[in-house]
Amino acid sequence: MRFMMFMYPGIDTDAESWEPSAEDVGAMSRYNEELSKAGVLLSLDGLRAPTDGARVRFAGGTPTVTDGPFAEAKEVVGGYWLIQASSKEEAVEWATRCPANEGDFIEVRQVFEMEDFPEDVQAAAELSERPPEQT
Amino acid sequence: MSDGAEAGRAVDAVWRIESARLIAGLARMTGDVGLAEDLAQDALVAALERWPQSGVPENAGAWLMATAKNRAIDLARRGRRFEDRREQLAREAGLRMAMDAAEHEAAASGLGDDLLSLIFTCCHPLLSSEARVGLTLRLLGGLDTEEVARAFLVSEATVAQRIVRAKRTLKEAHAPFEVPQGEELDERLPSVLATIYLIFNEGYAATAGESWMRLDLCEEALRLGRVLAGLMPRQPEVHGLVALMEIQASRTRARVGPGGEPVLLLDQDRARWDPLLVRRGLAALERAEGLGHGAFGPYTVQAAIAACHARARSAEETDWPRIAALYDALAQLTPSPVVELNRAVAVGMAFGPAAGLELVDALVEAGELAGYHLLPSVRADLLAKLSRGAEARAEFERAAEMTENTRERELLLARASKLR
Repeated sequence: MRFMMFMYPGIDTDAESWEPSAEDVGAMSRYNEELSKAGVLLSLDGLRAPTDGARVRFAGGTPTVTDGPFAEAKEVVGGYWLIQASSKEEAVEWATRCPANEGDFIEVRQVFEMEDFPEDVQAAAELSERPPEQT
Repeated sequence: MSDGAEAGRAVDAVWRIESARLIAGLARMTGDVGLAEDLAQDALVAALERWPQSGVPENAGAWLMATAKNRAIDLARRGRRFEDRREQLAREAGLRMAMDAAEHEAAASGLGDDLLSLIFTCCHPLLSSEARVGLTLRLLGGLDTEEVARAFLVSEATVAQRIVRAKRTLKEAHAPFEVPQGEELDERLPSVLATIYLIFNEGYAATAGESWMRLDLCEEALRLGRVLAGLMPRQPEVHGLVALMEIQASRTRARVGPGGEPVLLLDQDRARWDPLLVRRGLAALERAEGLGHGAFGPYTVQAAIAACHARARSAEETDWPRIAALYDALAQLTPSPVVELNRAVAVGMAFGPAAGLELVDALVEAGELAGYHLLPSVRADLLAKLSRGAEARAEFERAAEMTENTRERELLLARASKLR
């Protein structure tokens, strides 16, 4: 199973920059290293501030583009990890180990996978063995 | 779900993350993998009793380790009657210090990581491949006996017995708990890689059973491969194996049709290949090739073949001459009739069906792969391309008779009937 862990930093979204301290960066890279060593980290990215971003809204049949910053935004994604875990609890356990700051939160969401598909697709597990090179 | 069950699942989650390191550390201290696992299991039982009330402690790994060490001291205490309490305490203090020293020494020596030692011990050449797989999943994957049994479609008793026997074998042989060095490393690494790949293939080939469990096996094999690559970053074949598994796993969703029928590689919808896994696989292959300095092992070569398919945007764009050359290299590294059959397919695609058929016929003449349905199936395909319809039909029918898989039989018979 795969899980997305979205990091919502508890910072002032009006702030000009999201510069973290050197210690924060060090702790976070050790955490990323730990995920990687455990073989569960599939990918991760940090996102630039919404000031640099844009929103594309769909209403009335036409997309409307608004450039950042977004005054109404209370919670803003700061980055994400995509991990592999054997259960939601395991993903949550990984999230609790993040060296996050006061006020941050991480949202853990499962990615749609094979087991979410209908039974007939799942029944496809009954393939006969063939040379792995060919499959 | 009850609170108790929920708390139990939280403990399981910690266990999955911590158990391998815990068992590895305890094995370093005690020199006995079997005892290490027993101590770790006792710590798990203690956690299941206490954590639902107390909550998961902040440093769960350290808590489990401390509990397991206490348990070791309890066991030592039970084994002997002391004349006076002071002697008992002195002995226990000594034991505790010895365990701490062993832990410290292991951390400072740099002579191989505990976890890596555990991997090599689980895949010890003294053990049968079933025992290696069982021990690896249990001690490194944190799976319980029931989960291993379910994944391999054998009874729980069989798995339990295999694991007990494997631990006894290791103990009786006084197999040292360490990472082999030099030539011995070169000799033993293949059995580690083979064990991980066997776990992957058990999930990937999915001969039967609940599919989600099987996919879990693929994921677990991938995870173990990545862990190994982190522990042995200079070994090209480890990256080669990871590359092979990542690329093969990228096709999981494309390998089955809506009715559950197998979809062959060249017929797969490439849009359904997982681009993240493809990218990870190609990156791992690049690492393997960079470290290998032109001399590639069998996993790297197989990964390179898989990469040829992954890079081709459509089946028509496949670089068949390169695949044929890679199969040629693979046939020299690990000669086998199955590799030869795959080479025949690649040669047929690259240089025409007649060239492929020549290789297949050589296999038939040599009496290889008798009873293997893919031999007549490949032969039939080549004959059909050469417009030898009647012969092709007979071969498809023969292949259909040989396969034990219903869906595959239907597929083969359908191809035969088109040739009428």
